[in-house]
Amino acid sequence: MSADHGDGALAARVRRAETLLEERGVVDGAELDAILDRYLATGSPANGARVVARAWTDAGFRDRLLADANAAVTELGFRAGGLQPTLLRAVANTAEVHNVVVCTLCSCYPIALLGPSPSWYKSEAYRSRVVRDPRSVLAEFGLTLPDTVRVEVWDASAETRYLVVPRRPDGTDHLDDDKLAALVTRNGLIGTAAV
Amino acid sequence: MAERFAPGDRVVVRLDDPRGHTRAPRYVRGRHGVVVEVHGEHSLPDAVVARGDATPEPVYAVRFDAVELWGAGGHGVTVNLWQSYLQPDEVTA
Repeated sequence: MSADHGDGALAARVRRAETLLEERGVVDGAELDAILDRYLATGSPANGARVVARAWTDAGFRDRLLADANAAVTELGFRAGGLQPTLLRAVANTAEVHNVVVCTLCSCYPIALLGPSPSWYKSEAYRSRVVRDPRSVLAEFGLTLPDTVRVEVWDASAETRYLVVPRRPDGTDHLDDDKLAALVTRNGLIGTAAV
Repeated sequence: MAERFAPGDRVVVRLDDPRGHTRAPRYVRGRHGVVVEVHGEHSLPDAVVARGDATPEPVYAVRFDAVELWGAGGHGVTVNLWQSYLQPDEVTA
């Protein structure tokens, strides 16, 4: 399985394959570097936070985001995918439901909107435990949910990437989009924090 | 490829144990769930790896009750599964 992201033998094979492709003129190394640099430079949890802040202040945007996240994020100048086409699905927390995202098979993650994933997201402990006992895992992150809230876990096991829309905190009616976005954390966008 | 399932359909994940690559997580194989969404069409990784066949096929979001997966728990787990991984759940349909 693909648990061994630090696998030296696999990394060596990838480097060898890349070298062969460059030698035969199939790809240009500088071009590949430019694509990766551009991709990683633009991916950040600040993007996801701005999407959430807009969803909090604009009910129409929120509806469009939940119906078709790929189209909605382009309104803010973002792209859902990066190097390959991605179906983005936004899942909203409510008073009754709390959503949390995992990729049990590897580490699939909406990099364009959240940046590179945190190391714990790729750990076997998180991936195996959050689908089985999410309440305990969330409690370890400091998020204790009342029994009245149902937990929904989303396993990004194929080509869909998930973004959690946290609930807007109380007492934030006076804040603008920038200040609201500053409240949203990376863990909130994954579902391992309330916001 | 035509969509064989629609939201609301009860399905069971095939209890296969393929020798090669697959993206059917082991913890849902043989388990009963409900299709909640259709998530487009994508190449089946098993066929891509086994024979370079990139034919797209429907992928679904299938929701499982925690009790069905683990025998306990009140949560739901929604997993993205290619059509080839699924069968109609004829027992409880």
